[in-house]
Amino acid sequence: MKQQVRDDRDFQSKDLEDIDSGTNISLMLELYRNMVRIRHFELKVIEIFAARMKAGDFPGALHTYDGQEAIAAGVCSVLRPDDFVFSTHRGHGHALAKGLDLKQVMAELNGRATGVSRGYGGSMHLYDREKGFMGTNGIVGGGLPLSLGTAYASVIQGNGRVTVCFFGEGGSAQGSFHESLNMASVMKWPVVYVCENNFYAATTHVSVNCPLENIADRAAAHGIPGVVANGNDVLAVRETAQAAVSRARRGEGPTLIECKTYRHKPHCMVIPEHRPRKEMKEWLSEDPILMLSAKLTAQGYATEEELKAIENRELELLDEAVSFMQNSPFPDPATVGNTLWA
Amino acid sequence: MGVAQKDVALSKRRLKLIKALNEAIDEEMARDDKVCLFGEDIGAFGGVWALSSGLQKKYGKHRVFDTPLSESAILGTAVGAAMAGLRPIAELQYIDFLTQCMDPLFNQGAKLRFMSGGQFKVPITVVAPCGAGTSEAAHHSQSLEAWLLNAPGLKVVMPSSIYDLKGLLKSAIRDDNPVIFLWHKAMYDLEEEVSEGEWTVPLGEALVRRAGNDITVVAFSLMAVRALQAAEEVSARISVEVVDPRTLKPLDIEAIRTSVRKTGRLLVVHESPTCCGVGGDIVRQIVESEFKGLKSAPKVLGGADLPIPFAKSLESACVPQLKDIVRQIESVVQG
Repeated sequence: MKQQVRDDRDFQSKDLEDIDSGTNISLMLELYRNMVRIRHFELKVIEIFAARMKAGDFPGALHTYDGQEAIAAGVCSVLRPDDFVFSTHRGHGHALAKGLDLKQVMAELNGRATGVSRGYGGSMHLYDREKGFMGTNGIVGGGLPLSLGTAYASVIQGNGRVTVCFFGEGGSAQGSFHESLNMASVMKWPVVYVCENNFYAATTHVSVNCPLENIADRAAAHGIPGVVANGNDVLAVRETAQAAVSRARRGEGPTLIECKTYRHKPHCMVIPEHRPRKEMKEWLSEDPILMLSAKLTAQGYATEEELKAIENRELELLDEAVSFMQNSPFPDPATVGNTLWA
Repeated sequence: MGVAQKDVALSKRRLKLIKALNEAIDEEMARDDKVCLFGEDIGAFGGVWALSSGLQKKYGKHRVFDTPLSESAILGTAVGAAMAGLRPIAELQYIDFLTQCMDPLFNQGAKLRFMSGGQFKVPITVVAPCGAGTSEAAHHSQSLEAWLLNAPGLKVVMPSSIYDLKGLLKSAIRDDNPVIFLWHKAMYDLEEEVSEGEWTVPLGEALVRRAGNDITVVAFSLMAVRALQAAEEVSARISVEVVDPRTLKPLDIEAIRTSVRKTGRLLVVHESPTCCGVGGDIVRQIVESEFKGLKSAPKVLGGADLPIPFAKSLESACVPQLKDIVRQIESVVQG
């Protein structure tokens, strides 16, 4: 059964003046473009991986982000280019929203030398230091302690950079979650914790991972604000993130944001669907992209043709990324040991 | 192969382990403002081992600070800060607490440069005491270097002299990779005459601590100190060469080969369990390249394959003692 989602957008009313009220058309079109980019990227990599598996290849694990696009797009839309992002095993959306190159991400997922991590990482080890993208992560909860370090560095370097750390509701049951929130709170370090609660850790329901109604309620134990947003409403996510990022940048410490959402696909490609049909139907009817496009057209901010043109342009770029990947070499095995040590 | 202590300055003074490490950190913090230090009780109190004594006062609460009792958060902070360009030193009060921070160290920090295709440097230094002999039992007495050596990406340093402790810690802090720097708790009273001023000792260079012709004994940390005592004890009958690798990764296997080519015999001594230990790997490498020149079967004298027990009589039975080293030297030489 789909849970009613609390909306804590006004958790800090003093921040509201900083917030774009959601009437900025070019901003909303940019959010739309970003979400469509992520959606089509995921659908395309599923297609590519399925074909490779069918051909007897082992393309690696694939945890897709389709259905959760509003969170990455909304949160990253309030960040500076030099802000830090730590991501998860389900992290392609965060990478693309943080501005990583579509071609390089596509190449990395397919183990090419032109990939963002030069073929050493794959889906769960996407990094782009120049863009402040500090990694997707193969370990659930693995990014949480590391996010303390970039936040600390921002304080000591006095550069105002904020760290955002994404994780899932499953990750919030790890010890690293509690150690990190505790320390960030004690130190008042500029970090925003974004929990993407898609209700299932692999196949395990959130009720097994957390006894509370909201993951955000865990924030009280660490003396920081804990707020809930509708993770399928990109404008709600953006407003919530804006307040938390502003708070962090002002030096007032961390915030825990919980974004309730739902992934469209099973945990990964090799795990069959296990979720109740009725629940899936309810959530799929609240597709984050359709929710935004309905708002844009209903309020006259864009026509369906204009939105289609954005989508078509993204499909073209995606085709280019696939061609780039296909024409890219595999990494040279003779160089495999060269990058271990600086 | 390194050379024995050089005269850096004319004036000499007596120096103990903690002061040597404190000087190393102090000098590196003065040299590079990217160096920072954190851990439990290390701020105003100066650390349970007094390693950071006076440093918070000198460098401020941003660069030297107490953390919550959260080893995973401490190591995570170190790795993340290194990703953002700092050169953190993280203190673990005992290396035994490594189990509480395995993920940030093993899965993240050690592999980060590699996983990212070479984008990041991870210049962290983890400092911690190790070893048995202080009746602190199974959670405060281990030597876990074998675990560390099995995590590609980590460098491991275990010096045995005051000169090396200071010089190698400075090199560890300057190194652009994650380095685990371990000292033995039974060496706090070790005192040495050293020069005033600064010096460094490079990572990855072994040192012949005592020259000899009949057998090569490879030993590090406290076991190198003990091996030198054993070499002295048998010196009337057996000429022992003691090689201290000082750094276990990268390992100066060439120095060990050179010595074994001369003596034809090898004994490796360490405190951690013999099973899957560094000794087994050194013997493997020597057998692979020097088999024909060996006069007798190489041996490893390591710790028992047991947790470290509490009672003194039990504890001593689990780690190599002077008499054990003497006996094994004789055994290898007799073939």
